[in-house]
Amino acid sequence: MKLSAYRIAANKLRTTRILCIKTESPTVKTLTFKDKVCAKAKPGQFLMLWIPKVDEIPLSIMDVNESGEVSVAVKRVGEATTMLHKMKEGEVIGVRGPFGNNFTLTDGKVLIVGGGTGLAPLWLLAKKLADKKAKIFFVIGAETKNELLFRERIEKICGKENLIATTEDGSYGVKGLATTPLKPLLAKENFSIIYTCGPEKMMRKVFDLAEEHKIPLEASLERLMRCAMGLCGSCVVGRYRVCRDGPVFNSNKLRQIKGEFGVSKRDFNGKRIPLE
Amino acid sequence: MNDNHLSVSVASLRLSNPTMLASGILGYSAETMEEIAKSGASAVVTKSVGLKPRTGYANPTVVQTKCGLINAMGLPNPGIEEFAKEIKAAKAALAATPLIVSVYGFSEEEYATVAKKAAEAGADAIELNVSCPHVKETGSEIGQNPEILSKVVRKVKSSVDKPVFVKLSPNVTDIAEIAETAEKAGADALTAINTVKAMAIDTETAIPILSNKIGGLSGPAIKPIAIRCVYEIYERVKVPIVGCGGVTNWRDAVEFMLAGASAVQIGTAVASKGLSVFGAVSRGVEAYLKRKGFKSVNEIVGLSHRS
Repeated sequence: MKLSAYRIAANKLRTTRILCIKTESPTVKTLTFKDKVCAKAKPGQFLMLWIPKVDEIPLSIMDVNESGEVSVAVKRVGEATTMLHKMKEGEVIGVRGPFGNNFTLTDGKVLIVGGGTGLAPLWLLAKKLADKKAKIFFVIGAETKNELLFRERIEKICGKENLIATTEDGSYGVKGLATTPLKPLLAKENFSIIYTCGPEKMMRKVFDLAEEHKIPLEASLERLMRCAMGLCGSCVVGRYRVCRDGPVFNSNKLRQIKGEFGVSKRDFNGKRIPLE
Repeated sequence: MNDNHLSVSVASLRLSNPTMLASGILGYSAETMEEIAKSGASAVVTKSVGLKPRTGYANPTVVQTKCGLINAMGLPNPGIEEFAKEIKAAKAALAATPLIVSVYGFSEEEYATVAKKAAEAGADAIELNVSCPHVKETGSEIGQNPEILSKVVRKVKSSVDKPVFVKLSPNVTDIAEIAETAEKAGADALTAINTVKAMAIDTETAIPILSNKIGGLSGPAIKPIAIRCVYEIYERVKVPIVGCGGVTNWRDAVEFMLAGASAVQIGTAVASKGLSVFGAVSRGVEAYLKRKGFKSVNEIVGLSHRS
């Protein structure tokens, strides 16, 4: 629970310029910028990105490198992300973080299940797992083929034979949701852990399957964020603060928040509302 | 820990130790309030609730400065109708730990209506937010005007039979005068202080960082201001004072009590120290009492005024 001096320092807003913008899909762009503090982030951690005069939003850290560069994947969903998509290389943004806990790394046989931009933190995770020589199986899902993120990159890390892609319209890979191929996969393979990030209802299904098969799981949750340092209460789920006690929740914590996980969230007023 | 040494009474509330959770920190959900009580807080003050739901301001709503935080959340809350459910659940979860509901309004009637509903839902006491520095026509705009403040306190006092705390703003010329006004109007206790009006501008873009531009400063930066306010108020009023502003360790808590506070509220330090701050402060105060030969924490309240 202790917030070290390092993390307090990390909370200070730093301004930096967008170095590079890459279009990943019709609705997703990857932004890369320099920030030495966030470049030390562990997989699963997030940052707060300030779009001057517009908003400040939480984003998973998708990639980091030794020269201090940090990448985030941004899906165009609302006013702030639309503005972010309109920004150009060289323009100034602000960064706070990294915040929150991180995925646990292992060298065993692991399954990663990601949907949509949920793949962002899972990409950094997969890279670190590969460094540890873990045996990685990956299931990625999206609505259509052109929204499938990072497919080629992921293939290089886990091998073509260990990657299953799903699309809801069947335009690529298995037709269905990211959860569709899990049952046969779990029957066939023995995984030491499952990692997941994506739409919460999908993660809930993955969690229920993991419970059935008695496999430990770690899921990265998303909630409305304001302070990002465990004070304001905007992101509370059960007795946990997603910004501080999460965003990564293990099976034990998820069991304690079963009534909310995949079920409800809090809106801007702090009222509990159903997840869409 | 010997609770007898540490227990204090504030306006008929029995507190097992002098550390309370300040308003605005967590305090949305029953579960988090229970966590805070388990961590050692002797009372919990909720986030401020009003008559109608409020979305609050766009982000950024918090900006960190060298020795504190500036925030302008904009009083986000689900409105008293919805929040009453959370009050009921919190009351059940908190057991013997007093639950104080922070209330704001845009008129004396609104303050009274919300306070009444909060009390009906189970609040052990009401804290009037007449000091939020960043929402127009409520908060400090009420608490800076003795006439309006007096009307609000009287109206609330006549509507509820629970103790009423009035949380004061430091953004006034003479806080002791405002404190006297609140006491005369019937306040059972005073909380001092709310945040200090403040601002931060990004030098690269020349843009004020908070979306509301102006917010309230909390944390260690405001402690000396809060100590001075408590000291001045103690000289002029009889009702108990709850010190608030930058309490991070036991020494801060003791300093507030020496200035005249019967108890303290802790908020921003939850970010730097985690929830264990409540227990740590209590243990530190206890050790101080023992070392100095005091039998009760009450013996040090206002002690600095004798010198």
